[in-house]
Amino acid sequence: MELRSRIPSGPIEQKWDTHRFEMKLVNPANKRKYTVIVVGTGLAGGSAAATLSELGYNVLCFSFHDSPRRAHSIAAQGGINAAKNYQNDGDSIYRLFYDTVKGGDFRAREANVYRLAQISVNIIDQCVAQGVPFAREYGGLLANRSFGGAQVSRTFYARGQTGQQLLLGAYQALEKEIARGGVRMFNNTEMLDLVLVDGKARGIVTRDLTTGAIETHAADAVVLATGGYGNVFYLSTNAKNCNATAIWRAHKRGAAFANPCFTQIHPTCIPVSGDYQSKLTLMSESLRNDGRVWVPKAAGDKRAPGDIPEAERDYYLERKYPSYGNLSPRDIASRAAKEVCDEGRGVGETGRGVYLDFADAIKRLGEQRIRDRYGNLFEMYERITDENPYQVPMRIYPAVHYTMGGLWVDYNLMSTLPGLHVLGEANFSDHGANRLGASALMQGLADGYFIIPYTIGDYLANTKLDKVTVDRPEFQAAKSAVAGTANRLLGIKGKRTVDAFHRELGTILWEDCGMARNAAGLKRALERIPAVREEFWRNVNVPGSDAELNQALEKAGRVADFLEFAELMCTDALHREESCGGHFREEYQTPDGEAQRDDARFTYAAAWEFAGVGKAPILHKEPLAFENVPLTQRSYK
Amino acid sequence: MKFTLQVWRQKGPNAAGKLERYDAPDVSPDMSFLEMLDVVNERLNERGEEPIAFAHDCREGICGSCSLMIDGVAHGPVRGAATCQVHMRSFTDGATIRIEPWRARAFPVIKDLVVDREALDRIVQAGGYISVPTGSAPDANAIPIPKQNVDDAMDAASCIGCGACVAACPNASASLFTAAKVSHLGLLPQGQPERYRRVTRMVEQMDLEGFGGCTLYGECQEACPKLISIDTIARMNRDYFRGAAFARTESTAGGSG
Repeated sequence: MELRSRIPSGPIEQKWDTHRFEMKLVNPANKRKYTVIVVGTGLAGGSAAATLSELGYNVLCFSFHDSPRRAHSIAAQGGINAAKNYQNDGDSIYRLFYDTVKGGDFRAREANVYRLAQISVNIIDQCVAQGVPFAREYGGLLANRSFGGAQVSRTFYARGQTGQQLLLGAYQALEKEIARGGVRMFNNTEMLDLVLVDGKARGIVTRDLTTGAIETHAADAVVLATGGYGNVFYLSTNAKNCNATAIWRAHKRGAAFANPCFTQIHPTCIPVSGDYQSKLTLMSESLRNDGRVWVPKAAGDKRAPGDIPEAERDYYLERKYPSYGNLSPRDIASRAAKEVCDEGRGVGETGRGVYLDFADAIKRLGEQRIRDRYGNLFEMYERITDENPYQVPMRIYPAVHYTMGGLWVDYNLMSTLPGLHVLGEANFSDHGANRLGASALMQGLADGYFIIPYTIGDYLANTKLDKVTVDRPEFQAAKSAVAGTANRLLGIKGKRTVDAFHRELGTILWEDCGMARNAAGLKRALERIPAVREEFWRNVNVPGSDAELNQALEKAGRVADFLEFAELMCTDALHREESCGGHFREEYQTPDGEAQRDDARFTYAAAWEFAGVGKAPILHKEPLAFENVPLTQRSYK
Repeated sequence: MKFTLQVWRQKGPNAAGKLERYDAPDVSPDMSFLEMLDVVNERLNERGEEPIAFAHDCREGICGSCSLMIDGVAHGPVRGAATCQVHMRSFTDGATIRIEPWRARAFPVIKDLVVDREALDRIVQAGGYISVPTGSAPDANAIPIPKQNVDDAMDAASCIGCGACVAACPNASASLFTAAKVSHLGLLPQGQPERYRRVTRMVEQMDLEGFGGCTLYGECQEACPKLISIDTIARMNRDYFRGAAFARTESTAGGSG
């Protein structure tokens, strides 16, 4: 396997422009002759499918939801970054680029990040034109707020529902194209395998979730925009049905998987309350604009927060990181929370929580202003915890939120498999080892609206593609393998439920491959995961049949893939003997407990090649060059 | 806490369904309604019985997947909340709870508590968008929009497409859903060029899908998890009549040159 990043030459400011000129075009009459499969309808997939159809391609679009509007991008709360500099506070494309590379702890590809920052301004224009109701000032112009890891206000938002509004924009564009006939939409349809013909991605195998029918679809290129793998931890802020099956099956077909150990633990989530807990709820990072994070100074202090005097509180983010304070990046804020809880200073019944306190902000701005800014988030919090955050501080704790790793892609967003393109959270490209807040929405829409529409044309124009139909043996073989797996799962009739296995896997990963990792823990996890997987295939109980809506069977397939993927994640975490961003190895830290990178050995993206289930994967390295943002110890002090 | 559940079970779209009884002992008041169902399902699964199928995903009230009639009320007893945001502390210990799917001609049952809501997508396809191909947008601050307009548009745009308005309506009308989209786009300057064409087509599609007409019961706004007001329906009707009164025949001529 060869990793060719295809980064254009020339100064970073000109790479994308030069590349756009150099890429081959497909003339309008010829676009009609090409079919592109898009899997996933979140920000990346929805915007890609709509735009490719507008350009004239035939698009087959797939979603396991009953409507494309339900993809998990819908749940993003806080906002989307763009280097508009409407606030005149010193922002620029270069600064957004710089912040993102630094925020990612120097493990992202510079050229990709620069392009992302360039495109960010077009995204806001596009979304406003679609009718996205971003917050505005009384003068009618767009409002901004700040997010972690930045000292400028560049985040555009629509209350606490920015993801929803952006996704509805993409969804409406997609529905427009469905009505026009450019996109054929397959709802309730899950991708279960990728089909290669002559080494190129030429189609997929799907299961109709309502009838159980296994079907095959052929195309000239395949685009995966199927999101991240955070649910491998069982408990995360991801929606219940988020899964890694599409990217994992593509990996098993030959697509390299890059940096799987780079997972983001979000610092502000509602703490776990009981064993029945099915998922965790995020409280938007935007709350850290006005909320102050603290714990009692003394360990074991069980007084009510209001009874703890100011002098006995530790506002630890403000103390440790005076210049960024409560807006420190996510990885740093999460680790700091874990640290104070490990010291016995955590709050709430379980002791795994810290306060996010709005008392000062309410004093300064009045309750009404806070209500205007965060009303729906406060309401959400109260509904879940039965506590009123206007009166008592919120209790928060870190939770798995986002995955920076994903399928390896080149500058054109194509994986190591020709014709297989990967967008959004599903790829690895832009966030390095830590994603900054409000950058996921930016990346999803950049990939879908403004990158893939150009780069896929270049692939199609440069590639000799024979006519392929689903009658080819490759399709038939993949189809029967998929049906075989379903039958095998249904036939085990063991004693334990799919969720029981999933929870067990999640606990292993949270303990040994979570916020802090070490070699001993990772080795332990690598011994335990195959054992759980072995028991799964012997003792799982999947009721029902294959020929109907069967949610237990859907889950079983996804958990089976997580049980394989988890091993790769731990292998990657064990091999990366350094700390960077969200990957914190306890053995590698500075004297004051910050992540200690090892640039001499690890300034590369680790792209793993599949070698068989339970077999050691093969490591390939894409060296990363930092020609514009000098490698420095990341400091937010 | 403990509860007795009466749950609608239906094998498939054409099968007959019926209410079946399940016990839910050891329920924590902090559980969400769906987590309570998870526990019931886990127990059924352990016994090798088929779990109750219900739609769900984000579990934080934004994806619009969840769709349960709880004791005859769409999304249950908490005002302004989707089913996934309802916690068991809202119920009386020992109560019997009846759980059914959305009931509407335009929403056929797929299985148990899961219904087919693609009719709502087709209403959007009829015109619930602003036609702006990627790349053709002017600068985002080129057109200032009064804050009040954007705030009103955002209120309407917060619709999650769950279909509770349809389920709650005695006529099974999708007027609130349709009006929310018509209002969202119609309140913004970007939405003006297609404003009347949009409302005309969306209302026609709503009728074609078999949704009932609106007779202003107002049940929809009570059931709406985002508390979208029926003022939007007034706006839709006004635009619809204007659109009908001033309709011109759409004509196109081939390009020259």
